[in-house]
Amino acid sequence: MIGNAPFFVVGLLFLAGLVAIFMEKNLIKIAVAISIISSAVNLFLVALGYRAGGTIPVHYLAGEETLMVLPTPQAMTLTAIVIALATTALLLSLIMLVYRLYGTLDVDEIRRLRG
Amino acid sequence: MNWNDHLPALLLAVPLFGAFMAPIVCLFGKTLRNVLLIGISFVTMLVALLLWRNVLVGGIAVYVMGGESFNLTLPSGMALPIRIIMEVDAFSAFMVVCGSIASFAGALFSTNYMEKFSGIGRFVSLYFLLTLGMLGMMITGDFFNFFIFIEIASIASFGLVAFWRDKPEAVEAGLKYALVSQVGSMIFLIAAGSLYGKYNALNMAAIGSMLQFGVMEKLALVFIVGTLAMKCGSFPMHMWLPDAYAEAPSGVSCLLVAVSQASLYGLMRVCFSLYGINLGGSFIPWMIISMGLASMFFGVTMAVVQHEIKRLIGYHSVSQVGYMLLGLGVGLLVLTDARGMAEYGFTAMKGGIFHIFNYTMYKGLLFLAAGAIYYATGKRDLNEMGGLARRMPFTTAMFVIAAAAISGLPPFNGFVSKLLIYESVFAVHPALTVVALLTSVLTLASFVKVFQTAFLGPEKSVFTGVREVPSGMLFGMGVLTLAVLGATLFPSWTLSNLVEPAAKALVDQAGYIGAVMGGGL
Repeated sequence: MIGNAPFFVVGLLFLAGLVAIFMEKNLIKIAVAISIISSAVNLFLVALGYRAGGTIPVHYLAGEETLMVLPTPQAMTLTAIVIALATTALLLSLIMLVYRLYGTLDVDEIRRLRG
Repeated sequence: MNWNDHLPALLLAVPLFGAFMAPIVCLFGKTLRNVLLIGISFVTMLVALLLWRNVLVGGIAVYVMGGESFNLTLPSGMALPIRIIMEVDAFSAFMVVCGSIASFAGALFSTNYMEKFSGIGRFVSLYFLLTLGMLGMMITGDFFNFFIFIEIASIASFGLVAFWRDKPEAVEAGLKYALVSQVGSMIFLIAAGSLYGKYNALNMAAIGSMLQFGVMEKLALVFIVGTLAMKCGSFPMHMWLPDAYAEAPSGVSCLLVAVSQASLYGLMRVCFSLYGINLGGSFIPWMIISMGLASMFFGVTMAVVQHEIKRLIGYHSVSQVGYMLLGLGVGLLVLTDARGMAEYGFTAMKGGIFHIFNYTMYKGLLFLAAGAIYYATGKRDLNEMGGLARRMPFTTAMFVIAAAAISGLPPFNGFVSKLLIYESVFAVHPALTVVALLTSVLTLASFVKVFQTAFLGPEKSVFTGVREVPSGMLFGMGVLTLAVLGATLFPSWTLSNLVEPAAKALVDQAGYIGAVMGGGL
């Protein structure tokens, strides 16, 4: 049970982010919610690769230990973090442009594209 | 060293090289920049065509990046494939050909279309990154890399959709697309992660060889199908698509059409090659079929009422994607039923795959023609247009060809693929054909409206100064017209050389898995 705790946290974070995307009206808050979702996914990947009591997955540094955590999810997480950084930066700059052009961050008022 | 072995790597390296060269080359003036834009996308198309020919002759091409040998997927002692693996079967090669033609046409068009604007160095860079992401999605054999390429394509397309950043609508469309697509790709990553957690592999063929259908696999499948259906603009999640297509510069809209097809490719790859016979019942096929029907019908009914030309064409994209989902969904439905497959399933898949080619070509052409009208007149609202046929004869001719093809008028290529879909989905349920036919009729109605209001009628006094668009734009449209006419005039050659190998490769799950898991070729 306690071994699954990270996955419950992942689920909670993901749901919190998803709920915030639908409930929040402010674009900045929606961007924050998307960042929370990305963090939940990254946490999920790292938790997947963890083995209880495992050491670092580098052969000559691990010493006598034979149980190692999985290296692939860590590499995946690093890549996903970089991607999330790029998209967050892009999202925030788009939001900045929206604020400049519309004068508001309220999603209900940013509606020129309809129908 | 044989160049032909390295074509899958070159296919990605060439646009990547172009993307990073663009800011430097653009310092040296307009001519060099245009040479780069056209040259790199032409070379990409050439590589794609060579790759397609190789795959047709030599079977599935596997490429391992960073290995001792380019096709050593399972180094000695390894039970699972390692390193970055590209896998190109006939379906991938077919998609790559479609995508690279669209990219070349869009690049030719953009040379003249974008020359009035500043920041073209960035435009060229993003354009090549978008091409790279699209081609990568089509040839990768690995889940995580698929996610990476989705993100490369997405980030590039956010930038390109919002390229005219002084226009509120463009920024809004870009932001909308970014929000929706970012949530979607995170959900895709969760699905990839959970498959990795269970099978210790990221390679699609390796997972496919071990897959047993359980609760976790169901969840992963739903996540993947949901995300990729959103990315290709299927009905309940299509809201971003008309906005993004309408607000992007026209050359980019043409490429975005091909990019949405890359997501469709991913959807089909996962359903057919990864799950395949383990798909467990007919729920997912019926879900895909009903998404297809809903996209067709609601897409076209939304399109009929539009009066802004690019937005109208954007809504037609939603309805056209429905045809492919319908055809391939029917193929998926009878995947385990050999008799049904032989009688109508394979025809439906051929129709769906042929429609991918046709759709990419004529939809790209329609977007380019709409862009040409905007370039020449500065207008996007149909109510303000009229009598343009006198001023822009070439654009008019090409628009008519594309409109006839999308409406499925015989003898155009759209008719061939639609006919294949009609006659085969009829065997599943006649209602499917009824919806498809109705959609086709409404499509025709709406393009008759566009043609009549924009090109026919009395000449308007505001348009007396309008002239035909420059040659680069005409050539860009010409490439796609040529592709449409080629598929129209030689339907049997296209079907037997382009479409049938792709459909066979898609059905052949064992072949796809064996190419990687069989220990190299």
